[in-house]
Amino acid sequence: MTNVQSARPETDRRRRMSGIGRVLVAVYGVLALAALGRSFVQIVAKFDEAPLAYALSALAAAVYVVATVALVRSGRGWYRVAWATIVFEFTGVLVIGTLSIVYPDLFPHDTVWSWFGRGYLFIPLVLPVLGMWWLAKHRPPAAPSRGANGADAA
Amino acid sequence: MIDWFTWVQLAVAVTAGLLCIVLGLAGRAPNDVTNGALALVEVLLVVQLVVAIAAPAFGNEATGSLLEFYTYLVGALLLPPAAIFWGLLERSRWSTVVLGVAALAVAVMVYRMLQIWTVQQA
Repeated sequence: MTNVQSARPETDRRRRMSGIGRVLVAVYGVLALAALGRSFVQIVAKFDEAPLAYALSALAAAVYVVATVALVRSGRGWYRVAWATIVFEFTGVLVIGTLSIVYPDLFPHDTVWSWFGRGYLFIPLVLPVLGMWWLAKHRPPAAPSRGANGADAA
Repeated sequence: MIDWFTWVQLAVAVTAGLLCIVLGLAGRAPNDVTNGALALVEVLLVVQLVVAIAAPAFGNEATGSLLEFYTYLVGALLLPPAAIFWGLLERSRWSTVVLGVAALAVAVMVYRMLQIWTVQQA
């Protein structure tokens, strides 16, 4: 947290992670934890079996963690990070999900995204959509059209 | 792992999860009941940890990967305190729903732990 943010407490934070958005962030957190845990086990116990799939798992897990943090934090920088990570996840689940069905040989071992996240109740497929919807509805106060001191007016 | 204890733990976690989600959707902020329910879930997880450490000494060995088992257990142990703590920061109905989500996630993780312990190949 920077000084700028502590100068305008609550209001900013409220915009992003208050209300039902908290539930979204909580589910993201749980998914991040699940992906981290699974990828930790895969890498420690059997990385040699499927380096590509397991490296992807680790990358996906890291991105979920960053996305969770970005959703919680306020400010335009984090807002962009949130967009980038969520778009990355959505792309990942679509591309890897499709590849895992069309070319099953490429991914003999499960990743978070195989079969569009079937192993995770399809949460990896649904969550980015909800996340993007949430971000689109909750732009940061200092939006480009507003100018830098838009937050003071709010 | 002790079968009956694990099933009791699952029942408590699912009940706590549904209770918190219903109370949250009904507009209640986190209170002693919801936080207490999550605290109970946490206590049972700690008991489960003690049981898991002690069980092999009594001939009750895990059939699956212990590494995976403990990854789930440690992950589950983190959830209730995190959800309660977050609920203290903002007392709104959605914080109560978050408590419910955490409890249900713990239930799923405990079920996976049971599979890993008892069913080969899990």
